[in-house]
Amino acid sequence: MLHYIGKRLLHLIPVLLGMTFIVFLIIRAIPGDPAQVILGQQATAETIAALRQKLGLDNPWYIQYFDYLKGVFTGDLGESLRTRQPILSEVWPYLAATFELAFFAIFIAVILGVNAGIISAWFQNSWFDYVAMVIALIGVSMPIFWLGLMEQWVFSINLGWLPTSGRENVRDPITAITHFYLLDTLLQGRFDQFIVVLKHLLLPGIALATIPTAIIARMTRASMLEVMRSDFIRTARAKGQKMFIVVYKHALKNALIPVLTVVGLQTGMLLGGAILTETIFSWPGIGRYIYEAIGFRDYPVIQSGILIVAFLFVMINLLVDILYTVIDSRIKYN
Amino acid sequence: MKGKKYILAFILLLTMTVFLAACNTSDSGSTSTDSNSDSGTPSTDSNTTDNSTTSTPQVLVFGRGADSVSLDPAIVTDGESFKVTQNLFETLLNFGEQNTTIHPGLAKEWQVSDDGLTYTFQLQEGVKFHDGTDFNAEAVVKNINRWKGGTEEDFYYFNSMFKAEGADVIADVKADGDYTVVFTLSRPQAPFLKNLAMSPFGIASPTAFEAAGDKFGDNPVGTGPFKFTEWKRNDSITIEKNADYWQQGLPKLDKVIFRSIPDNSARLNALTAGDIDLADGINPSDGKTVEGNADLQLIERPSMNIGYLGLTNTRPPFDNKLVRQAVNYAIDKQAIVDAFFEGRAQVAANPMPSSISGYNEAIEPYPYDPEKAKSLLAEAGYDGKEIELWAMPVPRPYMPDGAKVAEVIQKNLEDVGIKSKIVTFEWATYLEKAKNGDADAFMLGWTGDNGDADNFIYTLLDKDNIGSNNYAYYSNDEVHDLLIKAQSETDENVRNDLYKKAQEIIHEDAPWVPLAHSTPLLAAKAGVKGFLPHPTGSDKLDNVSIE
Repeated sequence: MLHYIGKRLLHLIPVLLGMTFIVFLIIRAIPGDPAQVILGQQATAETIAALRQKLGLDNPWYIQYFDYLKGVFTGDLGESLRTRQPILSEVWPYLAATFELAFFAIFIAVILGVNAGIISAWFQNSWFDYVAMVIALIGVSMPIFWLGLMEQWVFSINLGWLPTSGRENVRDPITAITHFYLLDTLLQGRFDQFIVVLKHLLLPGIALATIPTAIIARMTRASMLEVMRSDFIRTARAKGQKMFIVVYKHALKNALIPVLTVVGLQTGMLLGGAILTETIFSWPGIGRYIYEAIGFRDYPVIQSGILIVAFLFVMINLLVDILYTVIDSRIKYN
Repeated sequence: MKGKKYILAFILLLTMTVFLAACNTSDSGSTSTDSNSDSGTPSTDSNTTDNSTTSTPQVLVFGRGADSVSLDPAIVTDGESFKVTQNLFETLLNFGEQNTTIHPGLAKEWQVSDDGLTYTFQLQEGVKFHDGTDFNAEAVVKNINRWKGGTEEDFYYFNSMFKAEGADVIADVKADGDYTVVFTLSRPQAPFLKNLAMSPFGIASPTAFEAAGDKFGDNPVGTGPFKFTEWKRNDSITIEKNADYWQQGLPKLDKVIFRSIPDNSARLNALTAGDIDLADGINPSDGKTVEGNADLQLIERPSMNIGYLGLTNTRPPFDNKLVRQAVNYAIDKQAIVDAFFEGRAQVAANPMPSSISGYNEAIEPYPYDPEKAKSLLAEAGYDGKEIELWAMPVPRPYMPDGAKVAEVIQKNLEDVGIKSKIVTFEWATYLEKAKNGDADAFMLGWTGDNGDADNFIYTLLDKDNIGSNNYAYYSNDEVHDLLIKAQSETDENVRNDLYKKAQEIIHEDAPWVPLAHSTPLLAAKAGVKGFLPHPTGSDKLDNVSIE
């Protein structure tokens, strides 16, 4: 097993290298000059040239690329062109914000999606099955932008239950320790703030969870239907096991492998792809960090941000592969 | 099993009800541009979950579109940064409350020598920086020398405002005693005082910037009514009352929190729900919704901008003056203002708004006259070749919806026989390509920095600025001579005449189609008092209070 993990981690190196190379080329191929963006509409050609030189942007691209790689291998992700801060010191709060939101969303998605899928399969072709799958279809095709604004309109403006945006009540700000606000408030014994943070998580969490919930529900249903038809389930039922035990213990365990794959992929997607949700709910996460960097042609931030997200994506999928062996002892990696 | 089914059915029913309710109400919400969909909205203060505080605490949450880049005003160029630094730092001179006339600031009096080369400022006494450092002549000199000694790309505004042909306009600055500063200029500069009043020239604590170096932007220290407290990047910036502020009774607020909420609709939602107290960047189409809500007030920022359609003067067919004039006749500017600015804009005649000294009132906008346009095109021998019409990809205060305005322009052009294809690029690309002269016709605009005619006409249309802000590649030597002369002319009347003459020539040459001077909108809770938005976009909040 350790051997397998080691091998997978080694495979990671060419994957990430290839990715940095592609990202590097793409962002330099698009027009738009960081020096121009930093200095604004007013800048003169000479000032722009001076800044380009200072930022090392007038070097040939391969020199820029190797400089960048050298930095990455020595643990230096470079400096943001815009804020002139080291990316490594700047990125954590954004990353933590996205982690908190993405894991909250995937938690909702797994609880709702898996259960909806199970029940749909259990009562196959019942009205619940039809309704749940229609809702899942709507969920997959719902534009997040629209959904987010509607959530605000209903739950914040009309019902007044939840805040519209942000991570905290800015009038009573949270002292960040780990930058996971749920954890930070608990560490400080501020249960009132814990509730506030939870309320801030709800609307963006639901918006972000919509698509994964729908996908997980459909996957669970399909996978469960297959397992439920197998012999060992028939045997279990014939032995007079309670349906609940049959479904949640025997069948689910066997149906979970493809579901887990989907959960892993979706979690990875949420880390990088939460830009729309982060924009609507002004969530200061990594998606918006990278998105704004693109607008500013902040090359180091775009490169390193995507590198970090890609790394996490691969790691989550490795974790999923390892989890397979835990769930199904027949799976072995050698 | 049966019982379980009922519970299941119940939960499902509940979910469906909420879902359907959401769908039902949402339709009116999402499409309501001019109808009032907020009747029956509960009062803003009591209904939000975590903002259960009443309106008595003097804490203002200011929602805006983006975060600041740095809080060192001397090194930034973006408006969002200045919105915050305007309240942390003070300048030697101030603009008027809602205009760009000159008033005392950290300097209480000033004298100008007859030749316009020596400016002597008497400073306020007894003022301290937030870190306890004394504000005096020495501090001012250190600030100016910091800007002068810095590189051009670091201190962008200083170099653009106080440098001419590579030489410093401010030849020397000296302290004469504790509270007198003497500036010696290398040549007369008409907008000198106005320049000094700009946000980038906020006086910073020398102790702090010498100690902090590059990190000064994270720990800004000025003499302003508010002190810096905390910055959560991309999220919020908190500043609090400077209890030792030298102006009696100010500021009225205890704390201001600047929150970045990128989406305009989400920001208005946050205001309506009471999560924020003041919102910048309200869509013109949402203006009526705000006016119809008794809990909110709509605030208009005095206009100091221009939105225009630039015609690249070096590219055919716009290298022909007659074609440019024809386009000016062809476009129905009033219809554009009515439809997309909701009437909250003035049709533009000149490249600068009428509030600016030197504006030529005698010039009328080209009237909407398709027939005249057609005859001019015929006279010019226009070959009917299709042009590219560049539409702005992002809303700007001077242009709320570039794509839609472009469609109207396209239709207007088609009516007189000019075929056009609308193209657009991502913003950074758009600016770069337009600057390189790649566009045939492009939409763009400008918000003034200091309320001076030079900051519009010279910056946008002088041949010196081709490759910079003169995106239209307009070059006219006569205009250039007038503008250069005006830069060092100290007699205000003579100077205004020079600009008036320049506007006449520009009107005739028609390098652009000036479209509109818009009135940017803000909205606030009804209880917010004393907020006076400034035309430059950097608002002072010292007089604001919450009832």
